[in-house]
Amino acid sequence: MTAELEHYDYDVLIVGAGGAGLRAAIAAREAGLRTAIICKSLFGKAHTVMAEGGIAASMGNVNSNDSWQVHFRDTMRGGKFLNSWRMAELHAKEAPERVWELETYGALFDRTPDGRISQRNFGGHEYPRLAHVGDRTGLELIRTMQQKIVSLQQDDERESGDPESRLKVFAEVTITDLLQDAGGAIAGAFGYWRESGRFVRFNAPAVVLATGGIGKSFKVTSNSWEYTGDGHALALRAGSTLVNMEFIQFHPTGMVWPPSVKGILVTESVRGDGGVLKNSEGRRFMFDYVPDVFRGQYAQTEEEGDRWYTDPDNNKRPPELLPRDEVARAINSEVKAGRGSPHGGVFLDIASRRTPEEILKKLPSMHHQFKELADVDITKEPMEVGPTCHYVMGGVEVDPDTAAAARVPGLFAAGEVSGGMHGSNRLGGNSLSDLLVFGARAGRGAAAYVQSLGGERPSVDQAVIDAAAATALAPFEEDGGENPYTLHQEMQQAMNDLVGIIRTAEEIERALAKLEELKARAHHLTVEGHRQFNPGWHLALDLRNMLAVSECVARAALLRQESRGGHTRDDYPTMDPHWRGRNLICSLDGDAVSVVEQPMPAMREDLLALFDGAELAKYLTPAELAAMPGPAAPATAPTATSTAAPTDGSGA
Amino acid sequence: MSYDARFRVWRGDADGGELVEYTVEVNEGEVVLDIIHRLQATRSGDLAVRWNCKAGKCGSCSAEINGRPSLLCMTRMSTFSETETITVTPLRAFPVIRDLVTDVSFNYAKARQIPAFAPPDLAPGEYRMQQVDVERSQEFRKCIECFLCQDTCHVVRDHEDNKEAFAGPRFLIRAAELDMHPLDARDDRADFAREEQGIGMCNITKCCTEVCPEHIKITDNAIIPMKERVAGRRYDPLVWLGTKIGLRKD
Repeated sequence: MTAELEHYDYDVLIVGAGGAGLRAAIAAREAGLRTAIICKSLFGKAHTVMAEGGIAASMGNVNSNDSWQVHFRDTMRGGKFLNSWRMAELHAKEAPERVWELETYGALFDRTPDGRISQRNFGGHEYPRLAHVGDRTGLELIRTMQQKIVSLQQDDERESGDPESRLKVFAEVTITDLLQDAGGAIAGAFGYWRESGRFVRFNAPAVVLATGGIGKSFKVTSNSWEYTGDGHALALRAGSTLVNMEFIQFHPTGMVWPPSVKGILVTESVRGDGGVLKNSEGRRFMFDYVPDVFRGQYAQTEEEGDRWYTDPDNNKRPPELLPRDEVARAINSEVKAGRGSPHGGVFLDIASRRTPEEILKKLPSMHHQFKELADVDITKEPMEVGPTCHYVMGGVEVDPDTAAAARVPGLFAAGEVSGGMHGSNRLGGNSLSDLLVFGARAGRGAAAYVQSLGGERPSVDQAVIDAAAATALAPFEEDGGENPYTLHQEMQQAMNDLVGIIRTAEEIERALAKLEELKARAHHLTVEGHRQFNPGWHLALDLRNMLAVSECVARAALLRQESRGGHTRDDYPTMDPHWRGRNLICSLDGDAVSVVEQPMPAMREDLLALFDGAELAKYLTPAELAAMPGPAAPATAPTATSTAAPTDGSGA
Repeated sequence: MSYDARFRVWRGDADGGELVEYTVEVNEGEVVLDIIHRLQATRSGDLAVRWNCKAGKCGSCSAEINGRPSLLCMTRMSTFSETETITVTPLRAFPVIRDLVTDVSFNYAKARQIPAFAPPDLAPGEYRMQQVDVERSQEFRKCIECFLCQDTCHVVRDHEDNKEAFAGPRFLIRAAELDMHPLDARDDRADFAREEQGIGMCNITKCCTEVCPEHIKITDNAIIPMKERVAGRRYDPLVWLGTKIGLRKD
């Protein structure tokens, strides 16, 4: 079976062709290494194209007070201080040059009046910071790097006559296993062509995982079919570790109806421009969900809330504009209490609040989206919305500087598949910049590793390859097994209901029992047809990845007994400083996931000095505060602020 | 609100195939891709179709619905009557791989023939452009590469042998985009469109514009201006004279 196996030799293999993968490929190729890019889809279709808002980078084009220090501070606040501070630092420092570099590849961002890259405001960012192209920034980023890769291939063609001599894209190939030598070092990867079902083996001493997220483990998600946690699971099976897997960002307003658009985002601007949330009784329920810490900052009556839109100086904002996690939790509670909309969400109503003319003027793209995708006229009828799984903060535990994955020589990870950068919650706009900064670092890190081997190549036993092939073919071997689509739906339902936006120990334990049952059933899948472009087979293989990753999410969620960012425990509803300094590290032994606590490294002194003591006191334990050097140490110090980053904005 | 719809879906591979009839449940608000997914999940687990974002942003699920090149995810079932039989077939201009999946490598080959953006002699961060100037190229950069324009264009749809010489609408707008880029350092984009991309073969029937899901005015804003630039330079004696005596550097 394996004698005639198609195989290729490369220096660096990039698994994933979204923003992080393409940027890593450019970096590895520019370092002079032979590089292959593996796309699960066609080249240029990656989920990155869905990103709308922009790329966060403190270029200071719109407000010159911006700086990497302010961006760093915003990022740490957004992540509730659980971020890898070193990653947040590198990210904030390097994002501007990564954005400017895109212009040299041909990107065309929207401009300021003086001709520079325009930057827009976004939640959690103190200054206008997001470089953008209308609401299709992700598409611009992918297309720009796709075209840069083509231009590098044209260079190679001029030089060697072969455009693919140093950089080749393998489209519609899925990697099912990483290949390692006896000592665990990366030797390559094994996979199949989706088109033909033929197996293919890549020999390469360095693999960069850039496979994105895990949203397809949840029933309602804004993520595409590719988001099956492949890279997370590949890393686990290779012996590496995942960090922060309990933190998943649920956006409060995804579409829930009609089914064709379930999970697709409804922008926060609908609420900012007057839209309100109502339950099945017609009640604006958000007034019932203002937590004590926000009580003074939000309106207590509908009348006051409504006045805020035109007179924000003398009125408080309506509670529909509470932070995302608060709104998502409230919607969840209403649905659980039986006051949801017919299709399991709540109503987002702007039709009764604004004239059709106003809606069309302020929300043209939302109007277009609902009209084209759902045949719903938002000037006439309310939308049904509910929380949607949007992003996983957790991922492969990496070295911040080189993106090297923990414990496996030759393995690297960048983008959503890596963990640490965003802590417990990611700010909008920080994803695209993450892709660029750590994509480039992973490509360079992989290149440096390969060069350090001095020509030595880890090799792999034939038995390992035979085993990978046998695993991939198993769904064809069994008659009378289960339909993979059925298992997938049961898993999505369990994750959505039991490890979703609000969690309790009892529910998570039920989810874990369900996952155990599904794991056993997944050994007996049957797919019909043959290996040529067979989506049933593809799903059967993706399922084992989703099951492993879902178990990591559930086990880490059970262990972390506090609520922070994208992890809310009904039985531990507050943030606990004693949990801040601890990461939860998932690893795989056989097919069993284990989770252990790991202390986080203390933040460097100059970075700590960017925050005042009163703020730090909200996050750090008394012991951590007492151990801090310098003037920021006392929790009572009210005036210590960054000198490098003047703060004249509101910070809201 | 549900009803049973009659579908005919082409099933087969490079060696041939046939339209297979299905009667399948349709619920309110669904799009054609939902129905294809229902067939996969309940009837034919191996029914091959490409898709990714399901929101009209990635351009993967291109096929022909009742003969019209369309995105499966953007075609609502409510646009058909309940008694209508809906026929879904693969893109006709490209070789079939399996069922609704075609080999679109032609497009990637054409993409590689266009000279890349030529950066100006400016340091990163020093690029200055006016919004009004970038907008012309931005229109073409909205392209999601669904290749519906390539599929519908008569030059290649009905004449396989034209594929060698003709790049197709998608790559003519790429040429126009680079030509209109305020800082692209090359000045031969229009010549390239004539000599290497076969822009002269386009007879401006605007079929490409009609099927574009991004509503890019492919013909009016890209192809016609490029044709005029070619014509102007090739045949306009005043332009020719101006170039010769150094009055005009174009």
